[in-house]
Amino acid sequence: MTTSPRTARRTRFRSVVRELRLRSRIGARAAWRHWRRSLQLRVAIITMAVAGAVVIVISLILFDQIRTQQLAAKNDAAVSQAQVGVEYARNQVVAVPSGDPGSIRETLKRTVDELRTRGGSAGQFAIVMINRDTTTPLAQPSFAGLTPALPARLVAVVADGNQARQYAVMPTEGGTDVPSLVVGAPVPSQSGTYELYYVFPLDREQRSLEDIRSTVVTSGLALVVLVAGVGALVTQLVVHPVRLAAKTAEQLASGQLERRLPIRGDDDLARLAGSFNRMAASLQRQITQLEDLSRLQQRFTSDVSHELRTPLTTVRMAADILHSARADFPPDVARSAELLQTELGRFEGLLTDLLEISRYDAGAASLVAEPTDLGPLVADVLTMAKPVAQQREANLVLKLPNEAVIAEIDPRRIERIVRNLVLNAINHGGDGLIEVTLAGNKSAAAITVRDHGPGMNHDEVLRVFDRFWRADPARSRHGGGTGLGLSISREDARLHGGWLQVWGRQGEGAQFRLTLPLRQGVELEGSPLPLEPQTETADPYEIVAGPTGTTR
Amino acid sequence: MIGARSRVLVVDDDPSLAEMLGIVLRAEGLDPAFVADGARAVSAFREVRPDLVLLDLMLPGADGIQICREIRQESLVPIIMLTAKADTVDVVRGLEAGADDYVVKPFKPIELVARIRAQMRRTDTDHPENLAIGEVTIDVAGHQVRRGGTPILLTPLEFDLLVALARKPRQVFTREHLLQQVWKYRHAGDTRLVNVHVQRLRSKIEIDPENPEVVLTVRGVGYKAGPP
Repeated sequence: MTTSPRTARRTRFRSVVRELRLRSRIGARAAWRHWRRSLQLRVAIITMAVAGAVVIVISLILFDQIRTQQLAAKNDAAVSQAQVGVEYARNQVVAVPSGDPGSIRETLKRTVDELRTRGGSAGQFAIVMINRDTTTPLAQPSFAGLTPALPARLVAVVADGNQARQYAVMPTEGGTDVPSLVVGAPVPSQSGTYELYYVFPLDREQRSLEDIRSTVVTSGLALVVLVAGVGALVTQLVVHPVRLAAKTAEQLASGQLERRLPIRGDDDLARLAGSFNRMAASLQRQITQLEDLSRLQQRFTSDVSHELRTPLTTVRMAADILHSARADFPPDVARSAELLQTELGRFEGLLTDLLEISRYDAGAASLVAEPTDLGPLVADVLTMAKPVAQQREANLVLKLPNEAVIAEIDPRRIERIVRNLVLNAINHGGDGLIEVTLAGNKSAAAITVRDHGPGMNHDEVLRVFDRFWRADPARSRHGGGTGLGLSISREDARLHGGWLQVWGRQGEGAQFRLTLPLRQGVELEGSPLPLEPQTETADPYEIVAGPTGTTR
Repeated sequence: MIGARSRVLVVDDDPSLAEMLGIVLRAEGLDPAFVADGARAVSAFREVRPDLVLLDLMLPGADGIQICREIRQESLVPIIMLTAKADTVDVVRGLEAGADDYVVKPFKPIELVARIRAQMRRTDTDHPENLAIGEVTIDVAGHQVRRGGTPILLTPLEFDLLVALARKPRQVFTREHLLQQVWKYRHAGDTRLVNVHVQRLRSKIEIDPENPEVVLTVRGVGYKAGPP
């Protein structure tokens, strides 16, 4: 198919129009954004608009008044000059015999020449004098071409015997047409009917009005610009400190707590700056106090840690020696050595967990993340947990994806979470199947630990991350856990920007899901694995304890 | 092997713990010596000439890390730190100051003994074996490392680390693997041990430790010896 040049042109035209429309839309959007963002621009433009409107109205009124006055003065002068002229003409035409074209023409010429030499207060002028007694009217103009230009309406009124005036565009001696005031009057006489016309060009008046107009426009524009400038300047005076305050607030928010506003003078802005600075100082004081408290807590934790652990080490070693020699003791003493050994283990675990959680409470935990392959990490935990699982006759199953899942994590903390979840499942899941699943997508990794134990009800799901909370008081202390494991795990997950969530249902077991971002500092948006085990059907009272403890 | 007369210097201010350590060490056939005062630690070290040092990191009034650094300046003897906290910068600082390994309180006697044995049972071969990575040559039997003829002094641990990598050039070792082979950890250990000691090793054998050519990092996996 061929396109005609016309079609092609039309297409090109359309594309140009589209382009222009697009550009103007973009430009309009940018301007709108600027308008919304800049108080200064808004004030300047609004001031300019208001001032402009005022100036336009005032100039129009002013101009109209000047014009009216000027024309009125001209009118009065013109009429009085015309009357003087008519008076003179009447005396001239008295003796002219009617019906004698020669003497009439002679008289007309003489009169007009005479009148032309007489000046008046109305400025320059031209004259036409006409006699209509003969079959063809005899006219004597100041210069040729003036007579036919006389306005017909005026001529008719004058011919009826009335004096009249009219504005009209008339030729001048130089040949140009200018707006003029034409005054016509009959010259009463017995010897015939004469008409006398005065033509006053208004070009001088027009020029002066134009001068006035351009002056008014120029000064009006200057005034508008000046007012807008003053508006912008005044706003600048106000806006600059506000902008400075905004910038300082941002700096404060970003942690530069020593930032303050300069205080100049004693005005409202200075007061604002003063209040702002007092607020900043108070914030800084409180934050520093909190930091000091946190440091103190850290020191305390560290000191307690050292002070407690050193004697505990001695006790531990002593207990170990007693324990390894228990075969030589009488039964009661041997049993005591055994109890000492196991309870020391619990004591140690509790101390470790307490110190860990107090470190989190003090905000002293920091993350040292390195890219780690999660598959081997999870597999190692399962290998380690295998003896316990066998003892409990639980069956551990690991499901790994085909591709490696590598995430930026602190391997020790994540290992601790997985170990906690797996041991938890073994302790509470009974002798059933325990499935551990790892999956990853582009931005996140997830590990689920599913058990088929007695499960949990609503309240239990909500409380499972609480400190020292135990699922079943009857079975409480057999698991050997400290009651802090899941709380620490959740803090560990949070430290990574991850989620640790639980799904549970009475009689159907539970599933914990750990979701971690692959890269630190990236917000989690979803998890590669569902929280609810997929083989199950949806339940009306399914409960989810999310990272914030939300229930749905 | 631990000789019957292997001497261990215990630097610890807690008398009960020191005594308990003494009982455990003697039970293992070691010969313990004690110093409680951090300020006297280095002079005691010079007198005792131990085969291994057990150093409490949190000695009141004295900086365990400083003691560690001073001992390391004049000796390649294995140093094991006793610390109350595993996940603090103190451990890394101690390792950087020259400690070879650390044990977290409270520890079991068996655990401590395993760490001590691992540090004392260093590579010993009688048959001659020579390895090379780039310009670095290793005489395994003679415990000698040279770079372009200049001898380089390595601690036994650093020596073992280098030999482990050099024996299988181009093979990538994970940190866990190195912890098992060089530190003799049977379970997972602290991978920071590997990181810090690789850095220490590099500072001795590399021309530019920032751009290593002998011990290379394989990102996300571990380390390998550079092309021979």
